[in-house]
Amino acid sequence: MAENTTTQSAKRKLGWIGGIAAFFAGLIVWGVASGQPGASYTPELALDLQGGTSIILTPTLADGETVDEEQLNQALEIIRQRIDGTGVSEAQVSIQGEQNILVSIPGTPDATTLQLIKASALLEFRPVITFAASTPSTESATIDFSALNDTPSATPANASDALWVTERVQAQFEALDCSQSFRTAGQVDDPAKPLVTCDDTGAVKYILGPVEVFGLNIANATSGTVTTQTGASTNDWAVNLEFDAEGTAAFGSVTSRLFTSPSPQNQFAITLDGLVITAPATNAVITNGQAQITGSFTQETATVLADQLKYGALPIGFEVQSQENVSATLGEDSLTAGLIAGLIGLIVVVVYMTFTYRGLASVVLGSLIVVALLVYLAVAFLSWRQGYRLSLAGVAGLIVAIGITADSFIVYFERVRDELREGKTLEVAVEAGWKRALRTILVSDAVSLTAAVVLYLLTSSSVRGFAFTLGLTTIIDLLVVALFTHPMLQLLARNKFFASGHKWSGFDLSASKAAYLGRAQFRVSAELAEGKAEKASKEAKKRQTIAERKAKETAND
Amino acid sequence: MTSFKQIGNELYSGERSFDFVGRRKIWYTIGAVLVILSVLLPIVRGGFNFGIEFRGGSEFRLTNSQELPLELAEQAIHTVVPEVEVVVTEVGLSDIRIQTEQLADVESEAARLALAEAYQVEDSAVASSFIGPNWGADVTRQAITGLLVFLVLVSILMAIYFRSWKMSASALIALAHDLILTIGVYAAVGFEITPAAVIGFLTILSYSLYDTVVVFDKVRENTLDVEFSETRTFAEMVNLAVNQTLVRSINTSIVAVLPVASILFVGATLLGAGTLRDISLALFVGTIVGTYSSIFLAAPVYVHLRENEEKLKTASDKVAANRQ
Repeated sequence: MAENTTTQSAKRKLGWIGGIAAFFAGLIVWGVASGQPGASYTPELALDLQGGTSIILTPTLADGETVDEEQLNQALEIIRQRIDGTGVSEAQVSIQGEQNILVSIPGTPDATTLQLIKASALLEFRPVITFAASTPSTESATIDFSALNDTPSATPANASDALWVTERVQAQFEALDCSQSFRTAGQVDDPAKPLVTCDDTGAVKYILGPVEVFGLNIANATSGTVTTQTGASTNDWAVNLEFDAEGTAAFGSVTSRLFTSPSPQNQFAITLDGLVITAPATNAVITNGQAQITGSFTQETATVLADQLKYGALPIGFEVQSQENVSATLGEDSLTAGLIAGLIGLIVVVVYMTFTYRGLASVVLGSLIVVALLVYLAVAFLSWRQGYRLSLAGVAGLIVAIGITADSFIVYFERVRDELREGKTLEVAVEAGWKRALRTILVSDAVSLTAAVVLYLLTSSSVRGFAFTLGLTTIIDLLVVALFTHPMLQLLARNKFFASGHKWSGFDLSASKAAYLGRAQFRVSAELAEGKAEKASKEAKKRQTIAERKAKETAND
Repeated sequence: MTSFKQIGNELYSGERSFDFVGRRKIWYTIGAVLVILSVLLPIVRGGFNFGIEFRGGSEFRLTNSQELPLELAEQAIHTVVPEVEVVVTEVGLSDIRIQTEQLADVESEAARLALAEAYQVEDSAVASSFIGPNWGADVTRQAITGLLVFLVLVSILMAIYFRSWKMSASALIALAHDLILTIGVYAAVGFEITPAAVIGFLTILSYSLYDTVVVFDKVRENTLDVEFSETRTFAEMVNLAVNQTLVRSINTSIVAVLPVASILFVGATLLGAGTLRDISLALFVGTIVGTYSSIFLAAPVYVHLRENEEKLKTASDKVAANRQ
């Protein structure tokens, strides 16, 4: 009975690992067959192996304005975080020349990605002073706005005060036609002044007061669907904001003022890069620092905006100067060389394993093949779903990881041998060895997994890619040793060839029998000679196993 | 011939034993000398040589290459500055981007003219500019923060699992040794430090700790009831544990080093400088040193830190008395 249950449980575990592999293989086949974007049988390659697109961003500056290095570095950091936020693509971002930023990403970027990279994402909260529907302007005459008065007749009491609407502001508002482009790319508005602008659909034009809450004070941003008061989820997408302490205080005081104001001055406009994305009426005083932006979002645009807000606004506006395809820097022969090296490495490992573990090497080979298969499936799956890109360093990392994965098998085999040396039968040794080995494997893999998780969460660029690979291989290592190597040994322990301790089984006991015979004799005679046998014998006896005792008896005979 | 298996059996029973713990002064001395050399050698060689990804460099942009091979660009640069690393990329349909480490103004101008000549275009068709690092200070800063957080977390993890902070301390000492040696050898060979090399160092960081934990787990198991032992002292128990895991340590390091060696060989002979060579050299040195230090440093340091504890001293005095 016991044998049957062990065999069954072994087969069930093998079934599990087969099921996991089949599940991911099936998903990928389904993805490719149904034409899901990005799904492919082969993993996507990174910039160094496949090339991609290089985008040059130039800051949009007024005449005489210059960018300083600090602003550029800040912009660089934010752009890198935004790209990293979308997956593990190992993009390269660097400063080029005096003021340009060069972004190289694998593949061809779509409009959403470009927007993610270049948009300043300057989010501001301004109170609405007045608004009107935008009508196409009929006057062709250009008005010289700078001639008009721009100083409020008296100091405005607060940001919603109509005193902000000066002669010039009024004229700009009347002349504004939202169907024509009225903002220069990357235009930055003075936060202390009122703003005349349109909403992002071009239907409504606004006069807004000075900025009251800055995007800088957003601590976190997430996207999600709007839930109704009863908790049911709707299909409308929104961006949820969480303010820091300063933002919470500012937001609280503004909403308490607007709450009691008459329409339209109870409205609060949220502008993104100068355009109003939504201007809801204030229906509550918000003091908990949480706000939700709704508007005409889709899942994609909500996610992009949340990503942009999370990592902050760019300190300067940028426009795309050029966008070109770039070839791979390493190319085919490097990848081929890497794969050849991997194959040679694998063969040498198997040869060495055959030398030390004899028949067991077949289990090692089988396990390594399962590891390789799972890694391939995982990489293909993640490059589809997570934007994972395989660089040459990644390929090297995976090959090396296979070597390190083999350590789990070695730890396990050595434990089984230790148990055999204690005189246990193979079936018992396989189970007892597993219990001890699993502990070691779990704690040592916990170290690797900690490294992977911490580095993935806290770093960017290629360090993040490395962490991802490390975590992936560690998890696969655990799966394979628990669900393949262990059950395989359980089954093999019932096989005559292995259980007999055949010279080629890897569980050959003849050598250990000899060792025990030798040790027993050695220990007894040496201790007797010294005349100290009695004191030590108690513990020595306790520690003797059946095999040792038997061996000693034979020796004494 | 004594078979490998036979040796394994003898190591397990304690019949054959290498005195890793007892001779620790020798290992400490070797470790100290190697660490000092690893620090001094790169300094003598003029400090670390960081690649263009870290420091930025010169960039040339050649328009209308007429689809001539990219190798021409590398050759042209090498006529001006021999042995400099050159990265050539095709941009768009007929442009070429050439990146090298930062060249002096005179060299840069000469390189520009050489490129124009190689591709038979007007001088004005080649523009030169500066390219900043794509592995910026922010990436390094985040990586260091990440590492510190990881080391603190993993020390706590080990201290909880092994119920002794001294194991964490010993593992960290061995880790520092491994990293300094790996980076030292890498720099002493004169290779440029590239992102691939840094990835290699990070792999070693996790491998070194991983390997130490495997050895320490056996040590933990063997020393569970050290206070009641009448035949073996604490130091002897640890030494037995290290000997019992010796076969596993050797097998693991060989299995880990074989694929690395194969990448190093293929990378260096077929491809010359580059990603594969950099990462595999770092790993090659690190894996060997990482395995070595778990046995020769981590375990002896652990014994060193603990053997003067009151309980263990009493136990070992009892053992000594038994042996009288």
